[in-house]
Amino acid sequence: MHELAIAGHVVDIAARHADGRTVTKVFLKVGHLRQVVPSALSFSFDLVAQGTTVEGAEMVLEEVPAAGRCQDCGTESVLKSFPLLCEACGESNLQITRGEELYVESLEMEEQQNNEELIADR
Amino acid sequence: MHRTAVKKVVLEGVLDANDALAEANRQRFDHANNFVVNMMSSPGAGKTALLEHTLDRTLGKVRIGVLEGDVQTTLDADRLARFHTPIVQVNTDAGFGGECHLDANMVRSGLAELPLHDIDVLVIENVGNLVCPAEFKVGEDVRVMVYAITEGEEKPLKYPLMFRSADLVLINKMDLLPHLHFDLELFLRNLDAVNPGVGRILTSAATGQGIDEWCLWLTERGNV
Repeated sequence: MHELAIAGHVVDIAARHADGRTVTKVFLKVGHLRQVVPSALSFSFDLVAQGTTVEGAEMVLEEVPAAGRCQDCGTESVLKSFPLLCEACGESNLQITRGEELYVESLEMEEQQNNEELIADR
Repeated sequence: MHRTAVKKVVLEGVLDANDALAEANRQRFDHANNFVVNMMSSPGAGKTALLEHTLDRTLGKVRIGVLEGDVQTTLDADRLARFHTPIVQVNTDAGFGGECHLDANMVRSGLAELPLHDIDVLVIENVGNLVCPAEFKVGEDVRVMVYAITEGEEKPLKYPLMFRSADLVLINKMDLLPHLHFDLELFLRNLDAVNPGVGRILTSAATGQGIDEWCLWLTERGNV
């Protein structure tokens, strides 16, 4: 149940970037090669966010399928299950290119602003 | 005044804070010339028993320090106390009823009590768990996994993260092989499916099988 610890880090990152503003959505990317259970992470997130500026925010989790580039023939394969094999030549000499992601991509926040001062915060 | 929704691009790794602390630990270890092993397994696979053999076999030759991670109790540290080796117990139960893994910060908190400059090899015995410890770097040089054959053949496929991250797998409790319906060949195929060619040593803490080979691996790899 390390999702609780991971959720803690997600909330910390979101709160730091929000800098006092109310967070409404947290967009997260999680690769399939991570052993993160989305439902457990979502549950933990709601729990850990309580009492912070992230409380009540929705966690939007995008799963990233695993992929790898074959070091022998150069083909990039989507990797659905173990063993991880090149779909062109069948070799296991792969450089993982996707599927190990675990990062906060962006936040959606509420900001109180004067009418004319809509500053895109990018 | 009115409220507007704004979007902010963050692109920050969830474990960046942990990884930065792990790197700081790593620098301390390098400075003290420590070879650091992160030892991981399910609960009850035999980490502590193998560690007892390791300390027994290397006594007087290699200075081994131990950082014991457990949710609760000092039972493991107590078992190793007779070797009079530097040992520190880190309990993880300060959080929500006890973390299921050691993270870089917990390891850092234990280091203050270890004389790193008088140690050649530091073994970090992680909390018994087949999933969570694999996500958290703690500053180690290598990851050694202990796997008991009582756990069945299919676990590498079910819990690939830890098997994929291992530099060596100690396949333990081999003395029980005649009593189990354990297909060693099938297990090795599954292991190679997730971590092709990973080092493996067949061990038994009951009979001492493989302990010499493991200690040799440790001293050669650690250059001690």
